[in-house]
Amino acid sequence: MDTSTTYNYKVVRQFAIMTVVWGIVGMLVGVYIAAELVWPQLNMDIPWLTFSRLRPLHTNAVIFAFGGCALFATSYYVVQRTCQTRLMSDKLAAFTFWGWQLIIVLAAVTLPLGITTSKEYAELEWPIDILITIVWVVYAIVFFGTIMKRRTKHIYVANWFYGAFILTIALLHVVNSAEIPVSLTKSYSVYPGAIDAMVQWWYGHNAVGFFLTAGFLGMMYYFIPKQANRPVYSYRLSVVHFWALISVYMWAGPHHLHYTALPDWVQSVGMVFSLILLAPSWGGMINGIMTLSGAWHKLRDDPILKFLIVSVSFYGMSTFEGPMMSIKTVNSLSHYTDWTIGHVHSGALGWVAMVTIGAMYFLIPRMFGKEKMYSTPLVELHFWIATIGVVLYIASMWMAGVMQGLMWRAVNPDGTLTYSFVETVKAMHPFYFVRMLGGLAFLSGMLIMAYNVIKTVAGQRPVEGAIPQAA
Amino acid sequence: MNDSDFIFTSDFWHWWIVVLVLANILGCWWLILWASKRRTGEAAVGDVTGHVWDETLAEYNNPLPRWWLWLFNITLVFALVYLALYPGLGKFRGLLHWTEESQYEQQVKAAEAKYGPIFAKYAKQDIKALAANPEATKIGRRLFLNYCAICHGSDARGNRGFPNLTDNDWLYGGEPETIEKTILDGRQGYMPAWLPILHEDGVKKVAAYVMSLSGRKVDPALAAAGKKIFQQNCIACHGPDGKGNHMMGAPNLTDNIWLYGGSPGTIEKTIAGGRHGRMPAHRHFLGKNKVHLLAAYIYSLSHHD
Repeated sequence: MDTSTTYNYKVVRQFAIMTVVWGIVGMLVGVYIAAELVWPQLNMDIPWLTFSRLRPLHTNAVIFAFGGCALFATSYYVVQRTCQTRLMSDKLAAFTFWGWQLIIVLAAVTLPLGITTSKEYAELEWPIDILITIVWVVYAIVFFGTIMKRRTKHIYVANWFYGAFILTIALLHVVNSAEIPVSLTKSYSVYPGAIDAMVQWWYGHNAVGFFLTAGFLGMMYYFIPKQANRPVYSYRLSVVHFWALISVYMWAGPHHLHYTALPDWVQSVGMVFSLILLAPSWGGMINGIMTLSGAWHKLRDDPILKFLIVSVSFYGMSTFEGPMMSIKTVNSLSHYTDWTIGHVHSGALGWVAMVTIGAMYFLIPRMFGKEKMYSTPLVELHFWIATIGVVLYIASMWMAGVMQGLMWRAVNPDGTLTYSFVETVKAMHPFYFVRMLGGLAFLSGMLIMAYNVIKTVAGQRPVEGAIPQAA
Repeated sequence: MNDSDFIFTSDFWHWWIVVLVLANILGCWWLILWASKRRTGEAAVGDVTGHVWDETLAEYNNPLPRWWLWLFNITLVFALVYLALYPGLGKFRGLLHWTEESQYEQQVKAAEAKYGPIFAKYAKQDIKALAANPEATKIGRRLFLNYCAICHGSDARGNRGFPNLTDNDWLYGGEPETIEKTILDGRQGYMPAWLPILHEDGVKKVAAYVMSLSGRKVDPALAAAGKKIFQQNCIACHGPDGKGNHMMGAPNLTDNIWLYGGSPGTIEKTIAGGRHGRMPAHRHFLGKNKVHLLAAYIYSLSHHD
């Protein structure tokens, strides 16, 4: 094959298919632990199936396996197409695919075994941390190497976001995972006390800001204008919101540690920057939604565009909710309640998963030489089931969380607490059930997608895209 | 005032924070101004910029939405005002001199002023009298559900290792004052491990004897041998008749109530490995007045007339 005239679709194809596979696995685990909260007997007294061990498996699987594969697939696709050149190295790209899959499998084995650093979203132990670092550095080399050999003059906006995501995740991962090994499966963080908490949430919130936001904004900036066949709404806006977003996100971590041992000044700084973050975040939403301006009718019969536009709407909603929840007075009610879980899922399901699903419906047929998916009505069905699922999920968690927060702070006329902890748990039970239904609906949508993908690719030969030769 | 928040290892770090925070906020402002400016030769509003990627991708040169600029500017102004009023810029305390700790202290003080008299009123009354006062036990029960139920259960009937508080069987004594002292200062229960001294055979024999004390069926020969060992080793705490000792928190072994479980295997395990029970102190955490009401509630559980 002449590699100078074609794009590397193989690695894109591999990551795209694994996005669907890991999406189903990660969401299945999520539904299972949601069911455990409704029926605790479901852990069957087996340690590997307890909520405490499966929960990090769920978060790692949906963020790093499902989300990660989606980011690899789309960034490799987008960087090639918008730089009009093949990936810098096929071998290194293949290494990132197999390396990333190995990391996912190792996570799926070690987390249920209880092997964990206990740092949220960074639970994997030190040997896996090292592996992640190596794969990530190679990813950066492939991505930026491809940018360097581009045949277009300017770098497309999607690549700014992918680039920021890749660089920042490298930094976050290396700093937060600094740990001293005591055995092959156990290590301790090098940071003490409150500093450890701060480093952890500097990492944790930027994992949201860069992995789950900047990376997916890159996705949005390619797939929305492509699918809508419209120019991006405003170049100026993309410049402002890019620089503001990546500089301001860095400060937002302390809002996870309001009213703790963290010094007051750090909490204040975290809070004001979280509020400033509203406008840069909405800049992305405006650019995504307004790109459709003048072509709204396309939403009516294009379910892929529905996925993409609704995802950006959820993005706008959760980036409004986030700054509000970072205000100390609001946070003192919302913190430690299931409101936070609802907030995370309006971002994770509504934004990250929906934009990914839209992008995959665009990408997968093209990777196999087809114009579109096997069944567009099934994509439409998927869209509605997924949307209902998200709404059930976040509405139930809002109600449950606010109720929980209010119950915790309710006091009797004598100043004693009105409710004991177990009473709040009991009050949450019906909402947990509704949340599980929401998750189940979302998972069902993914199964419909899997069927549609199988039907689309069955019997098809993988294709390589031709690079337009005129620069 | 919590001064430790405002101590930095050097002035450098103070200025480091001030400069970076302000630079980022003002940088956002500059960014907006910079991007709002129109330059000569650029595409007209509503036109595409002229760059094209991947055959069809283009960008309009639309201005920043006005309402969005307002939103951005308001958050920037809010940030500057907030950082002037509250701690945030390094060791600058903020004009309000607010701290998390002072807010907490104020709230505790306000709660003390509001609720303190209620508890002070009951503190003067006798525990036995309070135990018969439904108003008092209602408050005691609320305290119990929040601070004690996690170990002793919502119904106060205990759990393995955590005594049942309703059966009038007491490790340290059930007099009102004793109950109050237990809650105020906590208790440390300690049963030594006997396996190294008695060996497996000895442990089995003592276990048989201990079970016989509450009238359970055991091998008489084994129990007789166990009795000898018991008399030599166990009576210092549990007493010659096995009825226990409140001074040391040594349980009564004759009433068939078992703190850690009464199966033959569990009793052997208790003797072989020992036990260590800990009831935490609540004097500083809840204060004397609240503990007084708690003690009355606990007392009422086993003394309903």
